[in-house]
Amino acid sequence: MSSLSKYLSGKWLTVYAVVYMLFLYAPVFLLPMFAFNDATIISFPLQGFTTKWFDVLWETQALHGAVRNSATVAISTAVISTILGACAARASARYRFPGKRPVMGFIMLPLVLPEIIVAVSLLVLLMQLGMSLSLWTVVAGHVLICTPFSIAILSSAFQGLDNSLEEASFDLGESRWGTFRRVILPLVMPGVVSSLLICFTISLDEFIIAFFLTGTDVTLPVYIWSQLRFPTKLPSVMALGTILLALSVVLLILAEWFRRRAAKKQGIEASAGGFM
Amino acid sequence: MAAIDANDIIVLSDVTKTFGTFQALKGINAGIREGEFFSLLGPSGCGKTTLLRMIAGFDEPTTGTIDINGKPMAGISANKRPTNMVFQSYAIFPHLSVAENVGYGLKTQKMPKKEIATEVDKALDMVDLHGLGDRGAHELSGGQRQRVALARALVMRPKVILLDEPLSALDKKLRDQMQVELRSLQQTLGITFILVTHDQEEALIMSDRIAVMFEGEIAQLASPEELYRRPRTKRVASFIGVMNFLDAKLGSQDETTLTINIDALGPVQVPIDIAPAGLNPATIDAVGIRPEMLTVLGDGNDNAEHKVEGEVTGTAYYGDMTYYTVQLPGSGEPVTISMRNTAGRSVLPAGSKVMVRWGAESVVLFE
Repeated sequence: MSSLSKYLSGKWLTVYAVVYMLFLYAPVFLLPMFAFNDATIISFPLQGFTTKWFDVLWETQALHGAVRNSATVAISTAVISTILGACAARASARYRFPGKRPVMGFIMLPLVLPEIIVAVSLLVLLMQLGMSLSLWTVVAGHVLICTPFSIAILSSAFQGLDNSLEEASFDLGESRWGTFRRVILPLVMPGVVSSLLICFTISLDEFIIAFFLTGTDVTLPVYIWSQLRFPTKLPSVMALGTILLALSVVLLILAEWFRRRAAKKQGIEASAGGFM
Repeated sequence: MAAIDANDIIVLSDVTKTFGTFQALKGINAGIREGEFFSLLGPSGCGKTTLLRMIAGFDEPTTGTIDINGKPMAGISANKRPTNMVFQSYAIFPHLSVAENVGYGLKTQKMPKKEIATEVDKALDMVDLHGLGDRGAHELSGGQRQRVALARALVMRPKVILLDEPLSALDKKLRDQMQVELRSLQQTLGITFILVTHDQEEALIMSDRIAVMFEGEIAQLASPEELYRRPRTKRVASFIGVMNFLDAKLGSQDETTLTINIDALGPVQVPIDIAPAGLNPATIDAVGIRPEMLTVLGDGNDNAEHKVEGEVTGTAYYGDMTYYTVQLPGSGEPVTISMRNTAGRSVLPAGSKVMVRWGAESVVLFE
């Protein structure tokens, strides 16, 4: 009796898991499917294999501008967020200061705030300050939402750092800067790379803040959204989406690989912490 | 106060350290001689590690001065001091090989690569790690990590090597071996070693001199033998080895001798110079006798000058030694007596009536 119920529950658990995964990922698989479909209308049955939608992307000048804009924003965001995140993670791991918990809490808050609220607030603020919208206002918004991710990743790297390693380096005659360069940086480097990749990916995919805060230069997600109004462009948007999807997956896998390598270097259990 | 002379490589004068409202060190005065093995011994929280870290330059004294090699160290940071530290956690750089770890400080000094390699090999030979230079830090055992940490300090040829509980992470057998090795290495090289430890046995085995610290103060600074035989306070006496305390009072005194009335043992005459300096004989309220200074005799057939009847209340057999708990006349605490298990001497069962023999020269006076 008990083995039967165990069998049933085990079986249902499998079914549940499969349905769950289908629900999550089936729409994602539609993207490449229609990107290679030889028809202008997005519907079944599939008409045949083609790569012409990718060729269309190659020829669209406005798209290339959007890609350049997105790359500028994503790279700037990744670098700034990681530097800010490294400073905060180091301060949080190393020093005790009054108000540390609330300060860290406020830095991490954008992680859970609805993005639309952040976007509208930033827009109002920038208008009040009389600043004109540009790609740099988008970078500012993205840094706000990426820094918490950067802190989360780098905190584990900095917390795993034994204080006495720094003291040992200092004791052996090395300067503060030399100690940072020869001991701290190599040990947290995999975490830094992981943070750069995650922030780059988040910024690249982000739509709401980019939509509200950008001026005349659009980022890639905003460009895609603008193209959705023209049904004939839909297949090429699918092709573009496929490329972005592949890129994101590769970047996230790389980021996790670097994070685990960092943990391993310091002898920490690799499965602890992180996002995957 | 320890006398300070010209041979002292480190001079600590009125060193205090305050953390918030907590006074970690309350005026330390000591001189550490060039080439000696010096230990800071005390329970955790006594300030010994704080003192070591201030000598290394990781912390500054709140008041007072530290001189190393004749130079005041105030404002001189750890990377400019002629000291090197072996950390409790060893602090081996995990991303570097053994050779890179040992050569780390030499690289800082911009020494050419070839010379670094030669120096590193020499240092690795000194600590018996010959040929392990290419190993990664994570491939080392605990004992090997300890040796790498030591080699990394030795290669710098510092005036002083500071050791912060370097053996506490090792198992008993390895620890015993390392104690002997460290001591002989120190004697061969003639470098001043300062060891922080809470293990009294370790301090006795390795040191030339020991400073026993309690609550931020040096309770006694002396050689291991003097510390063991002539502890100045009851607290030092019970921290170093085992000590039997017996209530006692001064009977009478003259120019050369004190007559002490020990409650459980009766009167005894001791030379006046065994009293620690500064002790007022009138304030004596106890004497101490080490377990091995008392002898249990199965019968009274011994013409010893001092003997007293007692009853064995417990025995603990250690193989080479037997520890007896013996109740002496009167209502005091039973005393512990250790006896070497020599041929023909059998272990006495609990309840045996015995004679306990003792000697006047083994008595330590306490106030």
